[in-house]
Amino acid sequence: MKMTERWRPLWALSVARITQFWREPGAVFWTFGFPLLITVALGIAFRDQSPPASRVALVSGGGSAAVADAVKGVAGLAVETDDAATAARRLRSGEVLLVIEAPAAGPVLYRFDPTRPDAPAVRRLIDDAVQRRAGRRDPVATRDETAVARGARYVDWLIPGLLGMQLLNGAMWGAAFSIVTSRQRKLLKRLAATPMQRGHFLLAFRVAGLVFVPLQAAVLFGFARLAFGVNIAGSLIATLLLALLGSWSFAGLGLLCASRAQNSETANGLINLVTLPMLVFSGVFFSSSRFPEALQPVIRLLPLSAFNEALRHVVNDGASIFSQGFPIGVLVAWALGSSILALRLFRWT
Amino acid sequence: MQAAIRIEGLVKKYPDVIAVDGLDLEVRRGECFGLLGPNGAGKTTTIEILEGLLEPTAGTVEVLGRRWDREADALRARIGVALQETRLFDRLTVEETLRLFRTFYADGSALDVETLLADMQLGEKRRAWVMKLSGGQRQRLAVALGLIGDPELLFLDEPTTGLDPQSRRALWDTIASLRDRGKTVVLTTHYMDEAEQLCDRVAIVDHGKRIALGTPSELIEELGGHHLIELITDPPLPPDALAGLPGVRAVRQMTGGGEGDGAALALSLSIDEPHVALPALVARLGERGVRPTRLMSRTATLDDVFLSLTGRTLREG
Repeated sequence: MKMTERWRPLWALSVARITQFWREPGAVFWTFGFPLLITVALGIAFRDQSPPASRVALVSGGGSAAVADAVKGVAGLAVETDDAATAARRLRSGEVLLVIEAPAAGPVLYRFDPTRPDAPAVRRLIDDAVQRRAGRRDPVATRDETAVARGARYVDWLIPGLLGMQLLNGAMWGAAFSIVTSRQRKLLKRLAATPMQRGHFLLAFRVAGLVFVPLQAAVLFGFARLAFGVNIAGSLIATLLLALLGSWSFAGLGLLCASRAQNSETANGLINLVTLPMLVFSGVFFSSSRFPEALQPVIRLLPLSAFNEALRHVVNDGASIFSQGFPIGVLVAWALGSSILALRLFRWT
Repeated sequence: MQAAIRIEGLVKKYPDVIAVDGLDLEVRRGECFGLLGPNGAGKTTTIEILEGLLEPTAGTVEVLGRRWDREADALRARIGVALQETRLFDRLTVEETLRLFRTFYADGSALDVETLLADMQLGEKRRAWVMKLSGGQRQRLAVALGLIGDPELLFLDEPTTGLDPQSRRALWDTIASLRDRGKTVVLTTHYMDEAEQLCDRVAIVDHGKRIALGTPSELIEELGGHHLIELITDPPLPPDALAGLPGVRAVRQMTGGGEGDGAALALSLSIDEPHVALPALVARLGERGVRPTRLMSRTATLDDVFLSLTGRTLREG
């Protein structure tokens, strides 16, 4: 009984925080809509581009039906049937790479310009298909593997970083902005005049995160899966736990930025000062390994770097969360350190 | 009986200004006490020290027999506060705001939200977002939040500033009913009519010092009468030209007042009974052969008290 009464203010403050969030269309858009727009934009920019099919003209008549049957289904070929005159014109104009003539009797003719780089390869591709259909057997078995496998594309690598950026922005701007406005409007002072436990007010931001963070992660990963086929290789629970831990350490930084700022301009400046370097150094859009070796130990200690590192291992490589001791340690240290410092520095007036 | 508030030698210094300069006060339990003064007199600083939101530079402050440095938590549970112009959570409703604040107080000691909504005439607005409320409704909500912990002592800082006359009246009724229920109320205001209407006793403060203390009626009495005659003559008369008139207790040269050149030459007469003083005054003016260009009799107010003490009107600050 005593216990429930003790935690009731924290619960009420957290519910109030969540309620206010949903009633603010701007906040909802910036937290959920905007990151999706970025994901779409980047996904389009870096989508897998399969090479365009090579166009080939097949002169109708004679043995053309057998050739057409042979090349049907060969990847990377687009074969169209034309009369001899049209086929010749299209070859001259460069519209097709190669013209096939298959008389009823006699050799199959390939007409092409050998100076066009793809033409000899296309000739071999077609000839293989024609010979195999006529009964050629290859003595050695072979197998192809394309270099770009699912899970190793840019977009697979990008999505965990985007979640990091989104949580960083959401936690820092969300917490800091609301605190600074409350201070400006003397709401913090009013709360400080009640018997409210002061830690509860700050803790409520983290509790609200328990609702927002899983939603943010679900929306982003759900969208990435539908639109780009991005899968989470590791455990879903590990992904969720990492997202919560990450957002807690970012929210701690947000509190720190907001702990003394008297107006939103000051807070904006501080938050930009903290977030922008991390967005550059922590490998959201490109790998942080591009920075000099000497910087790497420092970069790994940034909370966003630690988050991206751990989440990419879990999401892309399917690593266990228990193998991510170092980045998790970094996140916990930031979460605790920033909160303790923020509580000590915090001004209610 | 122990005092609700005792302040001795209170000083609050800021780097560039001394906001409170050696204030002594005692507020009795069950009274409505007014801190009066122009803007910048140190009223808000004083009340925020009493609310435990500011630390005094020097002096002792005892609230409900307790000290802020030792028993802050116990005190916060026993006082109610309405700050000057607080903006609350914009996107919470009136009812949600009240229920949220109620959780900060121990279950047994907090008021019922329904009762409070009805008492403060906020029932119709219970589902309205705070940002959509009018000034008067906001102020009533602020007072309701001050009351929700069922405090022994309620602080109201400029409760009616910026309100339309009707909302002011409504809030005055509310505050008066609190006092009738035995609550101790401390309010600051720069409206003298508000203090006269609501307060059992008032302290007038100026430049961080107390310059008068008493019931509104006592303070007006100290002026020398409950009525005033304001007089401008052509040609102007010196104050001693009217001395010794029957029923006239004091004659002052008025300064300021902001009514142009004539204002500087106006005389103010403190009188007990207009029907005695007026005929004598008119006769004296006739003897002197001067013509009154303005002659006005009215009831004295705390504004006049402030004017006689400082030579300034309250609005001048």
